Amino acid sequence: MKILVPVKRVIDYNVKVRVKPDNSGVDLANVKMALNPFCEIAVEEAVRLKEAGIATEIVVVSIGNKLVQEQLRTALALGADRAIQLDTELTLDSLQVAKLLAKVVANEQPQLVIMGKQAIDSDNNQTAQMLAALTGMGQGTFASKVVVAEGKVQVTREIDGGLQTVELTLPAVVSTDLRLNEPRYASLPNIMKAKKKPLDVTAADSFGVALESKVQTLSVKAPESRKAGVVLSDVAELVSKLKDEAKVIS
Amino acid sequence: MTILVIAEHNNSSLKADTYKTVQAASLLGAEVHLLVAGEQCQTAAAQAAEVVGVTKVLVADDAAYGHQLAENVAALVAELGKGYSHILAAATTTGKNMLPRVAALLDVAQISDVIAIASADTFVRPVYAGNAIATVQSADSIKVLTVRSSAFAAAPTGNSAAIEKLDIVKELGVSRFVSEELTKSERPELTAAKVIISGGRGMQNGENFALLNGIADKLNAAIGASRAAVDAGFVPNDMQVGQTGKIVAPDLYIAVGISGAIQHLAGMKDSKVIVAINKDAEAPIFQVADYGLVGDLFTILPELEAAL
Ligand SMILES: Cc1cc2nc3c(=O)[nH]c(=O)nc-3n(C[C@H](O)[C@H](O)[C@H](O)COP(=O)(O)OP(=O)(O)OC[C@H]3O[C@@H](n4cnc5c(N)ncnc54)[C@H](O)[C@@H]3O)c2cc1C
Ligand SMILES: Nc1ncnc2c1ncn2[C@@H]1O[C@H](COP(=O)(O)O)[C@@H](O)[C@H]1O
Repeated sequence: MKILVPVKRVIDYNVKVRVKPDNSGVDLANVKMALNPFCEIAVEEAVRLKEAGIATEIVVVSIGNKLVQEQLRTALALGADRAIQLDTELTLDSLQVAKLLAKVVANEQPQLVIMGKQAIDSDNNQTAQMLAALTGMGQGTFASKVVVAEGKVQVTREIDGGLQTVELTLPAVVSTDLRLNEPRYASLPNIMKAKKKPLDVTAADSFGVALESKVQTLSVKAPESRKAGVVLSDVAELVSKLKDEAKVIS
Repeated sequence: MTILVIAEHNNSSLKADTYKTVQAASLLGAEVHLLVAGEQCQTAAAQAAEVVGVTKVLVADDAAYGHQLAENVAALVAELGKGYSHILAAATTTGKNMLPRVAALLDVAQISDVIAIASADTFVRPVYAGNAIATVQSADSIKVLTVRSSAFAAAPTGNSAAIEKLDIVKELGVSRFVSEELTKSERPELTAAKVIISGGRGMQNGENFALLNGIADKLNAAIGASRAAVDAGFVPNDMQVGQTGKIVAPDLYIAVGISGAIQHLAGMKDSKVIVAINKDAEAPIFQVADYGLVGDLFTILPELEAAL
């Protein structure tokens, strides 16, 4: 079984982003970038399925400029077999990303697509669902457990009320939640090996997909900051503040 | 211009998020239709007719929609949606699962987690874990939005909108509901509670979360958690507050043994009053807390329970 894992290059999750003074966006100059944490979990899950003898090949794909090759190499070091970069300088919406991924699915014919539930920059949480819609596949979003057997995949999903398990006919799309697994670190020998694994580059505009977005960002502002509060001396003081000053308890 | 809102319900009652989403839709200044897709969902549909602002309730009652399988519900909504200017659902796990599928089927973008409506085509939403607030304008023919419940008031009840039964069954046959394990609790729901007390890694284990119960009882509070507490298995996943968990904005949020990572703050920093209890005076949570107590939670929690 072939598994396709779409991965995104995003700001490192430890970085506190700053909004540009002209409110045109956030400042990404000289900021540490990384593989989106949910994509890392997706790669790990695919590698575990390969180690379990269920998957035979793992293909990772990323859409973006040359810099995304760094994250593709990371994914290869974690155990993916080959990588595809769809090259573009444009910042795409989830819909355009999903349309391009649908073309990759058509070419590669994977049995399973595993991807992140959310990119921690846009916080969109859309692409997996959109890809599933465009390819007519079933979707197992926010997965905390994935079991593949006999042409089906059972996905346990983290939902607002607890957990839900669905069964999907393969091929299917799975999106990862935090509890699915704990990703490994790439070992030095694997990082070296990853440099020799195949990485194909194709122009994103060669797929016949209109890449322009219908959604325009008018401004990006910093959120209202909270006033620094006070440290109190004891519980009695806290209770009286909550009652008499904040009036949030009675 | 007519707006379609997708109701969130469990067949027998509407979820609080539905009232908030209708309220957001009403701000767009147009007629609102509320879709109740489910199985044996007449009671939920009757409640939907009572929501002020709704001019028509559409009911699709079929086994195909019983468990809100995204594949089937999205196919239904996409078919209905062609006649609407906007399609809205709550940014809950149900809405997030289904609505992007609708947007893709309609070949339009989705705008996620809307926190304010600037005009019929311009919306405000947080990005980068709430560290930036973007205002975006959509030129799509149909605007598809998920709405963050914590940012909107609930639409009141007292209406009696017309109910129209739909005869559209979409069973894609690619997915099947297997089982569900829902967390049972007598407490208010996290996203609806006026008071929340959350525990983090500092709680040390699941048993110690009992220290929060007495306080939660006295304050009629919901209990939440940080990712670290969920990952460590102290409490179930549905208690996670944060960027990738639940977004809450209660009147009072008490963070106990939580350091205040940006991903946690993203889920609670719009609370009216924040209290932090942490033994580390340097913990970032104190930068957003209105009131802080620096000390050992194992001494402070029993004292707090006794003092309330
Ligand atoms: C992609 C991604 C998504 C994430 N999403 C979320 C999310 O949605 N929600 C979320 O919460 N996190 C999320 N995180 C994790 C986040 O980065 C932090 O790791 C997490 O919030 C830390 O949890 P914590 O504060 O409980 O633990 P810690 O950071 O370990 O803090 C524990 C605190 O307890 C205090 N403490 C310990 N013992 C005591 C005691 N006896 N008395 C008083 N205080 C004590 C310590 O001083 C410390 O400040 C995410 C991370 C990633 C990478
Ligand atoms: N530019 C991209 N290239 C490859 N995969 C992407 C890209 N953008 C998003 N994805 C995938 O879609 C997931 C969800 O992203 P989003 O819907 O934007 O929050 C990510 O975790 C990736 O797996």
